[in-house]
Amino acid sequence: MIPRLNPKTLLAPTVACLAAALMGVGCGGDSPPPAPAKGEAAAPAAPVKKKTIANIGSDTMVNLAAAWAEAYGQVDKSVSVEVNGGGSGTGMAALINGTCDLANSSRKIEEKEVAELKTKMNKEAKEFMVGYDALSIFVHKDSPLTEISMDQLGEIYRDGGKITKWSDLGVTVPGAKGDEIIRVSRQNNSGTYHYFKEAVVGKKSEFKLGSLDMNGSKDVVDLISKTPNAIGYSGMGYATAEVKQLKVSKKKGEPGIAPSIATTLDKTYPIARPMFVYTAGEPPEHVKKYIDWILSDAGQKIIETTGYVPLPKK
Amino acid sequence: MTSKRGTLDLLSERAIEALIRLCGISAILFVFGIFFFVFREGAPFLRHLDLGEFLFSKSWIPTSQTVPKYGVGALIVGSLSVTAVAMAIAVPFGLGAAVFISEFCGRKTKETLKIVIELLAAIPSVVWGFVGLSVMSPLLINTFHTPIGVNMLNGALLLALMSVPIMVSIGEDALKAVPDSFREAAIALGATRWQMVYRVLLPASKNGLLAAVLLGVGRAIGETMAVLMATGHSVRIPTSIFDPVRTLTATIAAELGETSKGSDHYQVLFLIGVLLFTITFIVNLTADLVVKGIRKQ
Repeated sequence: MIPRLNPKTLLAPTVACLAAALMGVGCGGDSPPPAPAKGEAAAPAAPVKKKTIANIGSDTMVNLAAAWAEAYGQVDKSVSVEVNGGGSGTGMAALINGTCDLANSSRKIEEKEVAELKTKMNKEAKEFMVGYDALSIFVHKDSPLTEISMDQLGEIYRDGGKITKWSDLGVTVPGAKGDEIIRVSRQNNSGTYHYFKEAVVGKKSEFKLGSLDMNGSKDVVDLISKTPNAIGYSGMGYATAEVKQLKVSKKKGEPGIAPSIATTLDKTYPIARPMFVYTAGEPPEHVKKYIDWILSDAGQKIIETTGYVPLPKK
Repeated sequence: MTSKRGTLDLLSERAIEALIRLCGISAILFVFGIFFFVFREGAPFLRHLDLGEFLFSKSWIPTSQTVPKYGVGALIVGSLSVTAVAMAIAVPFGLGAAVFISEFCGRKTKETLKIVIELLAAIPSVVWGFVGLSVMSPLLINTFHTPIGVNMLNGALLLALMSVPIMVSIGEDALKAVPDSFREAAIALGATRWQMVYRVLLPASKNGLLAAVLLGVGRAIGETMAVLMATGHSVRIPTSIFDPVRTLTATIAAELGETSKGSDHYQVLFLIGVLLFTITFIVNLTADLVVKGIRKQ
């Protein structure tokens, strides 16, 4: 658990010190700082009883959840949201054990989990869809490739897959040195890595070793923009002018679908999934208010700025 | 009065002595403490770990949902190869610069060089990593016509740049420690400056120069951020210096943050820490033995 410190309690002594220092009185010196300065500084630090919301779950959503929590700190100062990752399963387990108020999940709740929640806590799982996560396939901007199928992606990334060269895909990349496809991937704990594995590589298969495993969504795009031979996946929101997003088709021969908010929402784009938060039963007032805020324009705006796809406007 | 002064002096003397002794011992305590805690986190996994597979297999798939594989062979090769290439670049430059600063250049050049080299040492490693990623990577692609710019050579160049300042300052100190009478004697015998350096100074300062090199090796093998960003972070046995590699340190840095505490993956990462500890220990021990060997001759 990351304790969220009330910035005011931290600030107060500093302010008092600064005020004292300005008046020419040393902090911790023998003479006490003049009473008025002390009084002024101490006033805003009066203890406020804070409600906390324990928010555990999906690693894919952990940055998003942290961004929400931070922004919400400005909206409602009486509530502090404590965010933890660990994976969607961890979030569900915490919900079932009653150790969190809000579970983030990048998959739908499983029936088994619904049943456990029912027997253990005697509560119904309540689901809130909060947005979408769509992965774009990126190549260098000079690459002649414009679309790719899910099968081809699988053959490129899967251990034992047959596609290793750009000529296997029928293209030559101008300015590239050599024909080898350089696979850019993510470190093996990231939610993006796991989703890509599930959607493209296959749950039972492994990634081909020897990919360049970047440590962040943005690093993937940066590397591809400087490496003509590279291909990689990252959140849709990370696209820049230096890279090209490929259209993705479900099967070879079918038309490729360009990643966009619209194609994510109508479910034609194949590498996208909804993101959820779950509560056990009806949420208490302060949690309900937080979820409402997430679903409001302010919360949805944060989804967009952190690189995910917001819900369709009603 | 005088006797009181005397006991007071004696007491403070004792207190200071105890304090200094504590400082000395604390280094040992810290080293063993760190080793103990790192080992304790990783130890439970030792029971179901095949040591041969751990050290020599190149399959590093710790998060597999079917069969996780914990082979760090490729990572060991990665760490050692990047360090070796870095040293091949850094040792001639570092020691060369140390000799130049100590023996050949004038006072003004010397002061300027020393300041600039100290500045080089002050650049944080994440900045080096950034240079590797955004400046060196395209440069390497265009100069050497390689498909990947973030590779062993990129990482090694950064590590060389990072370890040169240490080598220069320690190497220069070692050369400075050689008494001037050695130099005077050599010159008096008619040796040229280069002969003096090569035949007299280098043998006389062997130990110090070796220490300089080994500190550089330590810096290179332990460096994390720059190699994480510049080597490509790719699990494979490299076949040329233009292949991307992955190092032990970078693997810990990239993966530890998101593993759940106490899981197999978490414990294996700590075992990698123990492995790094062992490698540096071996490097230091060899250095010690070599230095002792030199002394005996």
